[in-house]
This record gives sequence, structure tokens and C-alpha cells, in this order.
Amino acid sequence: MVQPKALLLTGYGINCEEETAYAFQACGAQTAIIHVNDLIAAPHQLSEYQIFVVPGGFSYGDDTGSGNALANKMRHTLWPELMAFVAADHLVLGICNGFQVLVNLGLLPGDTDNSFGNRRVALIANSTARYECRWVNLVADETESVFLRGVSSLNLPVAHGEGRFYAPPETLSELKQRRQIALRYADSEKQPALGYFPANPNGSIDDIAALCAGEGRIFGLMPHPERAFRLSHLPDWSERLALAPDSDWRQPGPGRVIFENAVNYFS
Amino acid sequence: MKKTNAGHRLEIFFRDAELDTRGLLLRDKLNSLGLSTPIEEVWLSEVYTLEGDFTPARLQEVAGLLLNPVVHDCLIDEARPLSSAEIILEVGFLPGVTDNVAHSAAETLADAWGAPLALDQGTYSSTIYYIKAANLTNEDRRLIGRILANALIQRLDWKDRPIYVAENGMDCIIPRVRLEAGKQVSLIDLKISETELVALGKEGIIDHRNEQGQIVRRGPLALDLPSLAVIADYFSKVEKRQPTDLELEALAQTWSEHCKHTIFAAAIDDLEEGLYKTYIKGATKKIRQARGAEDICVSVFVDNSGAIIFDDEYLVTDKVETHNSPSALDPFGGSITGIVGVNRDTVGFGLGAKPIINRYGFCVADPGDFEPLYRSPGGANQALRPRRILDGIVDGVRVGGNCSGIPTTQGFLTFHPGYKGKPLVFVGTLGLIPRKTEAGRLSHEKAALPGDYIVVLGGRVGLDGIHGATFSSEALTGGSPATAVQIGDPITQKKFSDAIVKEARQRNLYSSITDNGAGGISCSVAEMARECDGCRVDLEKVPVKYPGMAPWEIWISESQERMTLAVPPEKWAELETLFSNRGVEATVIGEFTNSGRCQVSYQGEPVMDMELEFLHNGQPVKRLLTKVRPSVENEVVLPTLVKLPLKDLFTKMFGRLNLASHAYVSTQYDFEVQGGSVLKPQVGRGQVDGFATVVQPLPESAKGVALSQSLYPAISDLDTYAAAATAIDTAVRNLLAVGTPLSHIALLDNFCWCSSDDPERLWQLKECARACYETAICYGTPFISGKDSMYNDFSGFDSHDQKVTISVPPTILISSVGVMPDISRVRSFAFVKPGDLIYLLGSGGSEIGGSEYLALLKDEKLVDTGAWGRASKFDPKALLPLYRSLQEWTAAGRFRSLYPLAQGGLALALGKGAMAEGLGCALEIPASERADLFLFNEYPGRFLVTVAPEMGTELERVFAENSCTRLGRVEAGEEIVIRQNVEISMQTTVSSLLTAYRSTFAGF
Repeated sequence: MVQPKALLLTGYGINCEEETAYAFQACGAQTAIIHVNDLIAAPHQLSEYQIFVVPGGFSYGDDTGSGNALANKMRHTLWPELMAFVAADHLVLGICNGFQVLVNLGLLPGDTDNSFGNRRVALIANSTARYECRWVNLVADETESVFLRGVSSLNLPVAHGEGRFYAPPETLSELKQRRQIALRYADSEKQPALGYFPANPNGSIDDIAALCAGEGRIFGLMPHPERAFRLSHLPDWSERLALAPDSDWRQPGPGRVIFENAVNYFS
Repeated sequence: MKKTNAGHRLEIFFRDAELDTRGLLLRDKLNSLGLSTPIEEVWLSEVYTLEGDFTPARLQEVAGLLLNPVVHDCLIDEARPLSSAEIILEVGFLPGVTDNVAHSAAETLADAWGAPLALDQGTYSSTIYYIKAANLTNEDRRLIGRILANALIQRLDWKDRPIYVAENGMDCIIPRVRLEAGKQVSLIDLKISETELVALGKEGIIDHRNEQGQIVRRGPLALDLPSLAVIADYFSKVEKRQPTDLELEALAQTWSEHCKHTIFAAAIDDLEEGLYKTYIKGATKKIRQARGAEDICVSVFVDNSGAIIFDDEYLVTDKVETHNSPSALDPFGGSITGIVGVNRDTVGFGLGAKPIINRYGFCVADPGDFEPLYRSPGGANQALRPRRILDGIVDGVRVGGNCSGIPTTQGFLTFHPGYKGKPLVFVGTLGLIPRKTEAGRLSHEKAALPGDYIVVLGGRVGLDGIHGATFSSEALTGGSPATAVQIGDPITQKKFSDAIVKEARQRNLYSSITDNGAGGISCSVAEMARECDGCRVDLEKVPVKYPGMAPWEIWISESQERMTLAVPPEKWAELETLFSNRGVEATVIGEFTNSGRCQVSYQGEPVMDMELEFLHNGQPVKRLLTKVRPSVENEVVLPTLVKLPLKDLFTKMFGRLNLASHAYVSTQYDFEVQGGSVLKPQVGRGQVDGFATVVQPLPESAKGVALSQSLYPAISDLDTYAAAATAIDTAVRNLLAVGTPLSHIALLDNFCWCSSDDPERLWQLKECARACYETAICYGTPFISGKDSMYNDFSGFDSHDQKVTISVPPTILISSVGVMPDISRVRSFAFVKPGDLIYLLGSGGSEIGGSEYLALLKDEKLVDTGAWGRASKFDPKALLPLYRSLQEWTAAGRFRSLYPLAQGGLALALGKGAMAEGLGCALEIPASERADLFLFNEYPGRFLVTVAPEMGTELERVFAENSCTRLGRVEAGEEIVIRQNVEISMQTTVSSLLTAYRSTFAGF
């Protein structure tokens, strides 16, 4: 099996790089956390990696729109290397603020001619106008997403102030038609959240929580799979222990499969 | 729009108003203010004002960088057409106030253009509110204005529709700071009359005369006559000259109550060494000696945080601060500055610890109290209302914590009328640091060496946080007191914090580090200079936000987000490159020496040159005397039980301000970031607030860090000894309940007192500190860090222009931190399975003084308003056997749930256990007990536990000696039935409790 190398971006307020790197390592990838300025100083190093990750966080404090300022910086400095990276058989993952960055970069959802660079959808302030940190239920649509292979539903935490997905009507129907909607918010019975809070925590149109593109190799999601990586992450961990005191905290949590799928793609 | 060549305005707004969530919610909020006419619509625009000359093409480019074309439209130097808006308001910052949005905008422009903007190309952000409403009265406008802007830090400009149209929009306002240049250092004559000296100490150095010829002073030095006499004596005898203004300001900072804790350090009654050394440090010293090799403390009371052992390789640090006065003036700015500031106490611990958990605690008055208070007579200078304060401090900690990527897991809200004048804002941070750095150094030890460069890094220095300084701009007339208020900038801090704890520490690039907090570099540099016995600073090298600051202002400015490092010259090039690559400004401002002196020059001229020893230890020792405060405790005459609506009281308990769900706060705080959360702020599907949280800091280690806290301000009204002892017991018991061993628990103390010149208040303080000493020693739980804030009093006027003074209840917050060997020990308080047996472990208590129950009875007019009751007195030694047995059972995983009884007593424990997973219960109250007192009293030392049915016999055998009462069992379904003598005393349901529990803060 080939051990893939994952590059995790950091700097300017990105803050989930360590736990995300840990998730990749635990699933068998090699990881490197690289500051965006160091990557800009030597952009060719991107070609040494197979997985490019923009972790969650608060790049530029979410000022001027979450993900916007970091996307601007990357567009000005890393665009040719990013295009070469996605053209190859590589994976790109954006989690939360990373998803916002990918959307602002135009890597998600991409254009109908399979080109990238246009901003076509937006992640805007939650309909509660408030930061929401809570666990949500998600169901997977049928897509090509490499990251969601074998996944039909997930229970993951969200933590964001600007996760409300918006796309103009024509873009929305195109996303459906091209099967780019990867995850949707659902209730505890896995039925569509239909926009209702708190099952849909941010007011996303059509309960959209994640997108994929590029034959399923580019994936962005608002929830945090790295925070649901092991059993002890689950919100009912202490109640589980009450009934089964020997439970092993190291056992996989629901988010682990996303990292396993990414690593196994290269096996 | 009034055209100006000075700048350009970009206005960005949602093309589709339906997406403008903030506008929609703001409309609802404004309509809840009780305006004379409804607000029909509110639309928002974000405005960026750019100073300087830009071509139209350049401005288009800027717009492209700042907006999102999918949802936004943008206007450049053009008024937004008014649809049906009648009133237009713009809110922007006053000159010199930290503007984080504008800062990020400037950075994104600099990123695009490959060069930073010039100093005269300022970028400023503001927000325009377009309001559709017919005929708003002046009172309506005043109410709206108070919601949208804080006059201390923001400008608020109004235009009615005709004026907006006639003037073609809002005005282009550039809030640039303009200062008179050429301010020099002056010498201060201390051979002046006593009256003059008092004025100097209280109101500060004479700055200038205003246009009316009145003397304008620089703001309080807070130096008393004995201190000024010592200073005068030192300069005439030792230095043989007059002190400079900068020296006097620096001494005032260093000797302040805030920095030196003069009251806690002073000799008091028979305690020559003072309260801090005798009772707080004294307790820790005694505990450490008794523990010997089992001592968990590593660094206590000497650094920015306290540290205990986590495991063989790591230490965990903890620190809790207060930020009360700033939060009363600007709640958002005060609390964000507080949380970001205490993060630096972690980064500044030892050689730099990584912040891993934030704590918070907010003490405010009833948010439904709309009775106004004024700081000045004649209805002038209205103080912020409790609701506004609460909203602001909640927001500040959210932005500060979330943006910094530090999980905010543990906190509380406490309500008491005494917090109306001044809220208490507690903020804390835990850190993790390897015990040895990669270079093999012990990480909790540090020392600047003679010859090391003094390096400041992070934000630049401005007038923020300097007492009384004022400044003006073209756009504003007159001065404003904005300098008293600061706003934290978490992203600037995140950049250097990461660079320090993730890179520079490993590379061994500095000898010592500390945070710049109160007193700015005057305190941080002088403090580090003690490590090598001297420093020399070139003040003009300190990076400033704008020109024109006086030397003394640069030296004592408390501008945030700065650290001071001691860097060996041979490491400087590497350190400078590292920080530059991380987008952090680092500057050499001088060097550490071994001259024994603190020497500062400005443009080559000496402005400070004095002995370090005098600077740090020259202050005259105070002697304080206390006087016993007569007790208010009395007997409560309770109605007979048959006259009490027990079910109604039971349900109402869950909706009380102090006991209701505060989930609206904890779910705004990211408690999951860093991926270590184990026991979260809410428990069960019912999302019921917990009393402790557990975090697993290292993903491969089973060890967990457990945190909790406790305070009983309502008991302080009766007995500060009991308040402190009960708070320590609760803070410790909370950690025991989630599975932490008693042997690995440490405490932090925060005293927030009032009127501390009053001997009776000092007596209460002494009693409180004595309780800390005796209780902590009994449990063997050392204090590792603490802070005090002594003057939390408000003096002002009520709505009838009568003078009022509101003092906080003497408040002692005890925070607890513990390390548990295995996160598989963790239990919550949720009832998990029907048939499980419910027991009360521990016993005692019938007093209700200071309890929520007594407060409820008063609110319901069921007892006399003058009823105080008595505080529960208890002997912590008598509780230890139970705690020891209990921790054996938690270690073995035998309990299904545990709840340590506290405010609300047994009733709250039962209800929360039931609400968590929606299971009912059936209970029998012992025949000998009065039902209401049994359910609601808050006697310490007790737990409500559940166990599997087959464990009952064993539990009764083991805990027989510690008093254990079998109360009943967990039931399927949602009925909660409480019987006494077979008769039903009370019956309710989980859903009716949940309704009461969630409704109090539903609209928040």
C-alpha cells in the first residue's frame, strides 16, 4: 500500500490543523503542517503531496467574509500550483473554514466545463445570526465523493458562524443534476431537516452541508469529522460508559471513515 | 455624500434582503425595546473607508477583494438608493479604537498588492443601518442608538430620509488619530503642599490648561501620601534630582493595587505577613510539604499562570483573571480583552505554554431589570443596563475564544442584584507545556541574561488603555475618553502565539518571555529585568500605531496583543526571520543588563534611570485593621408545609435565573476545537448544563483534564467564611463526581471585593481567606494561582436623581482543575436506565440562608423579605471519608451517574438527572424530614448517585458509614413522583421541567 502524504495548511487563524493531521496519521497517512507563507515561498513543494487540506479555523478572523481573505491570498500566490494539483489524481479537503476557503477560491463547486476559479456559491451568516457549536445528523446523497464511500449517514459536530449555504436557483439545480451535493443536514430519524433549526443549524438552502467536485476528489464540508474521530468524542460517551464501563475510547467515531477513505484511495 | 479628497467609501450589502439575516434579527430585537412605533424593516451595509487617493480601477479591484459576488452588491463613493427606509444610521469606531475588520481588510489589500499600505493610507470599517419605520420619537431614537452603538468607542450618525437624499448619502468620515507632536519629558516637583500632593496622587500629573484656563490632569496615579513621600525621599537622597513624569507614571503602575495587590500583601491585624502569604501561599506551602514526593505543584505564584503535573512529560497550567471595570464601560471590549489577555498568561508561562481550554464566568444583575442608573447627576451618563452588559460580555468571550482556536468548555452565569453597578467578568485559560523543551531546558524556568535583547512582538502601541488621555480628529469635536477602553485582536495574537509555542520555543530562540498586560512594557520589561538585575530601553524604537505619543505614554500604554522576550543576540536573526514569515512584527527595543537599574532613554535623552530594587520593593508596607461585621443571620419563619405549593416551587426552581439553562451561551462557544472534548458543557439529549467538563489534551493518552468552579455570593451576604468553604467544597466535589481523584486536584482563587477601605469589609475578606486556608488544607488541594479585584463598587444616581451606591456581594470564585488517569472513569449526571437505584450519599443540612430556595420563597412572597436565614456551617474533615470511598467507586466505574448537590439542592440534582435523557423517577423522602427543606437545602458534601440494581446491596454496605439514603429508582417514562409516608408529596413530568428550564433564556 502506498502511504499518501497530506499537506495541512496553517497560519492567519487556521486552528484545526493539529487534530486534523492526527486523524490522517492515525489512518496511515504521512502529514506535514505547513504555514501558508512557507508554501507561498516555495509553492512547488505542493507537488510532493497527494492530499491537500485546508483545516478549520478563523482565517483572518472571518473578517470580510469567512474564508474570503485567505482565498484571496491563495489565489494571488498559489493558483498555478493548485490547478496542477487538482489536475493530477490528488485529493483536496476543506473542513469548515477550509470549505469556506475552497468555495471562495472557486474550487468548489467548479464550473460545468470542469474548470475552477469562479465563485458560484456562498457560505454566509447563519440564519440565527449566531455562532453555533452543536452536533448534527447528516445524510449522504449519491455522489462520486471519494471521502464518502460507503457512507450513508453521519453524526458530526458543527461549529461556525457562517455556514449557511446559498446558491442561485440555476446553480442549485445544476449542483443537483451533477450530483455535487454530498451531505445534507437531517433530523435524528435521518429525515431531511427541511431548513428547521437546530437539525439544520444554519439555514442552509436545501439543508446542504457539503459539496464535492472533480470526480469526487475535491470535498468540502461544514461539520468537523476530526472532532468525531473516536468514541470518546461522542456527546453520549459518559452515558455509554455508565452502561458499558469497559468501552474503549479509542474505538472509531463516525468521522473517522472520511480520513480512512482518503488514505485508502491511494492503496 | 459630502465629497472629500481625503478618502473613498465602499459600501457592500446583500443583493437579496432575504439573505440579510442580521437585518431581520435586528428588526425583531429593536421591536422588543418597546418603541412607540414598530420597525418594519432593517437593512444593513458594511462600509470600508479608504484614506488616500485611489483610481477608479483600483477601487474596483478593492471591491472585488472585499465582497462576495454571489450574494453582494457594492457601491463606490455613491449613496445606496433608499427603498422605503426613513432613517439611516451609521456606526463607526472613534479614532484610535481597535478596528479588527478594517485591519483584516488592509491585510487582504496588502496581500493582493504585495506590499503593506502606507501609514497615511488608513482603512476603517463602519456599518450603515437603513430603517423603515414611521415617526420614530426622540426616545425611540435614543433606545435604538443605545443598542447599536456604545458612545465610549463608537460614533453614531443619523440622517432622516430628506437629509440623506439632499446630502447624497452619509458622510465620508476618517477617524484618524491626530496628536500634537513634540511632547517631551518633564520633571515633577514633589516639594509641594499636601493638598497638591493629594491631587497629584488622586488625579494625576498636570497636563495642560484648557481653554477655560482650568487645569487638566493626566488621570489617576493612585499613589497615596506615604508612597509619594517615599518617592520624594528616594529621588532627593539617592538620585539627587526630581523624578520625571515617566518615572512617576512607571512607579504608579508598578505599585498599583492591580499589580502589587497591596491589600492582600499588607499586614492585617495580627497577621504580619498579610493575607496572601499567610492564607493562600501558606496553604499551598503546607500542603506541598505534607505531600512530599506526591506533590503535584511545579510552579505556583511565581509566573503568569500556576502549573501542576499532567504526566511524566507535560505540565498543565491554569490562570483565572477578572476584567470587571472595562466590561462595565464596554462589555464586548472588556470581555474580549480579558479572554485574549488571559490567553497570554498561558503563552507567557515558563517558556510558553499552549492554550488548550478557556473558562468564563459572568456575574450580572437580572437582565430583566430596566430601572436605569446614571454615573452623573441630572440623568446624565447612563450606565449600561444588565441585559446589554450580559449580551456584550457573552459576545466578547465568543469572538476572543473562537477566533483563537481555544475550546471554551467551562463556565457559568450568576445573577445577583449587587452586580447591577459593576458586573464581574471572570476569564481563564489552561495551558499544556512539555516539562522539558526540545533543547532540554526545564520549561517552567526562565531567566533573561545580561546582554539579551529586549524584543517586543505583536501589536503596536497606541493610546489605548492609558488613563485619561484624550485625542481628537478632524471628524470629531473635542476629546473622547475612548482610551479607557480596548478591544482585543485575537488573530494578531493567534499568529504570534502559534509562532512562539509551536516553533520558537522548540528552536530555543529566547531566554525568557512574559506577557504585556497591565502597565504595558513598563511592567513587563521591569519585571523581566529582575531576572538579570537591569535593563536599558530606547523608547523611540517601540513601534507605535501613530506619531505624536509622549514618552510616558509609550512606556505605560496597555495596547493589547504584545509579548516581551529576552533574546540572545546570536539568536536574533533567526527569531526575526521566523516572526516575519509568520506575519508578526518583532522589534529590538533595548537590552537586559546587570546594572541594578532600570534605564530608559528617548531619542538619546535619559527619561528614566532608577534602581530596580526601589522600583519593585520601595513601596511602604501598609498596615490594615479590621472590624467585625455584625451578622445579619436570623431565623426564617416558614409557612407550614401544607400551605406550600410544592410542585409549583419545584418547577419554578428550574426556571430561576441562576439555575435555568444557560445553553444559549455555551453553544455559542466552540467547545470542540482541538479535538479533545470528552465531557461537554451539556449533558444528554436534553442538553442539560453540566457542572464540570473533561478534556483529553493528548490524543494518544487516556489522561483527562477536569475543570469546574463554584461561588456562593448569596452566602457571602451572611458569612464569607461559609461562602468560601462551601465554594471550595463544591469545586472539589464537582471534580470528584466526574471521576477525578482528590489527590490530583488544584484550586485557583479570585477575590472580587467591594469597598476595601472599610474595616468591616476587610474583616469579611480576612474571614474568607481564612476559610480558603483551612478548607484547602483539609482536602489537600493546593492553590496554584489567584487574583484579586478590590473595589467593585458603583457610585451614581437613580432615576429620581438620588445618590446610590451599589457594591457587589463579596465574591470568592474557586476554580478547580484536576487530572484524571483515564477518561473511561468519566460519568455524567444523566439517569441512564429504568430500574437503576437512586441514593443520596452524605447527609445533613436544614439551613437555607443564601439558598436559591429562600430567594424563591421571597420572590413568591411566602416568607418575610427581611428573612436571611443562616449559612450552612460544616466540617470538611467529616466529609473526607465519604470522598475517599466515593473515589474508589468512581475509579472502578461502579456508578451510573453522579450529581454533587449545590444550588437548588436535591431537587435540582433529581430534575437534571431526569431531564438529561428523558427518564422519570420515583422517590420516597424519609419520614423524619420536612419535604421542602429536604429537597431544596444546599448543605455541602453530598452526592445524588444512581447504580445498577444489583449494586445496591454493595453500595449500602460500603457507604453505610458515610451515610447513604436509598431514595428510589429511575423509571421509564417521564413521570417524576416524590412520596413521603406513602402519600404523593409532589408529581411532575420531565417535559414540564424542561419547559421551565429552557424558557427563561429562550429569547436570548
